[in-house]
Amino acid sequence: MIYFLLRRLASALPVLFVVSLVSFVIIAIVPGDVTAEIAGSDSTEIQRAEIRERLGLDRPLHEQALRWYGRLLQGDLGQSFLLNRPVTEAVLERLPVTLSLAGLALVLAIVLGVLLGILAATKHGTWLDQGSMSLALFGLSIPDFWFALVLISVFAVGLGWFPSGGYVPASENFWGWAKSMTLPALALAITQMGVIARMTRSAMLEVMSQDYIRTAKAKGMVRRTVIFKHALRNALIPIITVIGVMTGVLLGGAVVIESVFSLPGVGRLIIGAIQRRDYPIIQGGLLITAAVFVFVNIMVDLAYGWLDPRVRHGR
Amino acid sequence: MVADTEIADVRAIKRELAKARRRGWARFMRRLAAHGSFKIGFALFLMIVMLALCANFVAPYDPNKSDYRSILMPPSLDHWFGTDGFGRDIFSRVIHGTRVSLGIGLAVVVATGVLGIFFGLLAGYVRWLDNLLMRIMDGLMAFPGVLLAIALAAALGPSALNAVIALTITFTPRTARVVRSSVLVVRELPYVEAALAVGAGHGRIIFRYILANSLSPLIVQLTFVFAVSILAEAILSFLGVGPPPPAPSLGNIIAEGRNYLQDAGWIALFPGLAIAAAVLGLNLMGDGLRDVTDPRMRSEREAG
Repeated sequence: MIYFLLRRLASALPVLFVVSLVSFVIIAIVPGDVTAEIAGSDSTEIQRAEIRERLGLDRPLHEQALRWYGRLLQGDLGQSFLLNRPVTEAVLERLPVTLSLAGLALVLAIVLGVLLGILAATKHGTWLDQGSMSLALFGLSIPDFWFALVLISVFAVGLGWFPSGGYVPASENFWGWAKSMTLPALALAITQMGVIARMTRSAMLEVMSQDYIRTAKAKGMVRRTVIFKHALRNALIPIITVIGVMTGVLLGGAVVIESVFSLPGVGRLIIGAIQRRDYPIIQGGLLITAAVFVFVNIMVDLAYGWLDPRVRHGR
Repeated sequence: MVADTEIADVRAIKRELAKARRRGWARFMRRLAAHGSFKIGFALFLMIVMLALCANFVAPYDPNKSDYRSILMPPSLDHWFGTDGFGRDIFSRVIHGTRVSLGIGLAVVVATGVLGIFFGLLAGYVRWLDNLLMRIMDGLMAFPGVLLAIALAAALGPSALNAVIALTITFTPRTARVVRSSVLVVRELPYVEAALAVGAGHGRIIFRYILANSLSPLIVQLTFVFAVSILAEAILSFLGVGPPPPAPSLGNIIAEGRNYLQDAGWIALFPGLAIAAAVLGLNLMGDGLRDVTDPRMRSEREAG
């Protein structure tokens, strides 16, 4: 297991290298004079020169890259222009909101998706099957940020059950937090719910046709026990494998959902930075979010290797 | 002469092969046509494409023309989808916006297809490049979801072309992976070895044997890339890093409608439905294509 862990960690290194390189390049591909973009068109040459020096843009590209990596290894991602504080600090401070949003959405997507998938598989061929699969397909096809707006108009503006935006820290008021996170998590979960429902259905249908299920049925086991204890357990394995990828989609989707609901997460920080041309924040936010994603994938692989010994020893 | 009869034989075999190929193609089309959800998806998508292509004739109003006498009108016979804060007709804007979204989606599909084939073939066929290329692709795929596209589009500046570039960079790695994995399977098949043995060149082997037989998973993948690019383009426009207003991209219309959720919900409602309809059509087509080409290939699309 330790060997598996080390090998998995080693394989993450080139990925992290490419991630950091792309994050570095982001500022180099800005067309024209970056400093004019940052300081505004009415800025003086002195102001621009100062920004250039602060960013190190007055040096050749390879020197800039060396500086970027030198600092990166010390955990320093530079200073934000507008917040006037280290990028690492600003991003890490907002990470918990993004992670809890993505985490809640993941749980919602799995619970709703698995239930929908079981319903479809156990009522295979009936209108319930078709209904749940249409719902799953609908979830896959609607833009999540638009669904967020629909949720806001119905449940916040219309019925007034939930706030239309804003964030309440869980430590201050748990119910307020739960209320402020419900709609965002639901909006973010809808697409992945569709994915999981379809996967669960096909996995369940496959498992249900296996011999050991027939045996369980034949020996007179209660239908519910067969479905939940024998079939579901094996049907869930493929779902664990996609949790890693899914977390990535959710982290990326959180960027948009956060800005719809004004949640103070990394996504909103990045979008704000884009509007104000605060490139260090864009770079840092991109890098840290990707690093989190790489880390989650390692964890998922480890969990999978623990569940399925073939993965550990294979390859 | 012996040679003559040999040539005649070869010709006969070639004719038979061509006939078999046509039969295979016809069977494929028949199966697709018999696939219920493919038919629905195809009809839905075709209708949307037609509407978008004929936008200039179908749209009852100029999508960018303000009319201050009819501001924020709810849907009516004059304005099917209502009007926005400038009195612009939402139905006309949605039709023109669909055209923008489909155009960008198509451009991304073409670019992703070409680059995906290029890098996929390179990685699958040239052994020593495989590791390097795939590590780069892994690195690009490590950026969660559309975040990379958002950052790239933001750095390049808001325009339709830059949106296409950003989305292509984001979706190419996964497509290259699909091509690579089918190339890896196909290249080990006996007929490739046979072609090598009779002295076929690399170009012929790659295009005639390997690529031709790796196409079906690629087509399925590209159908889903089309669907995902439409969704992602809407996100870019919504966040203000896509094609800039006044271009009525569907995401732009939703972004404008966001400020009127309370009084004029229809502004954001209809462009969202248009996106959903186009993506639904593509998803149904993709499902059908996947079922017909390979019923077991389920995994690649889920990731989006």
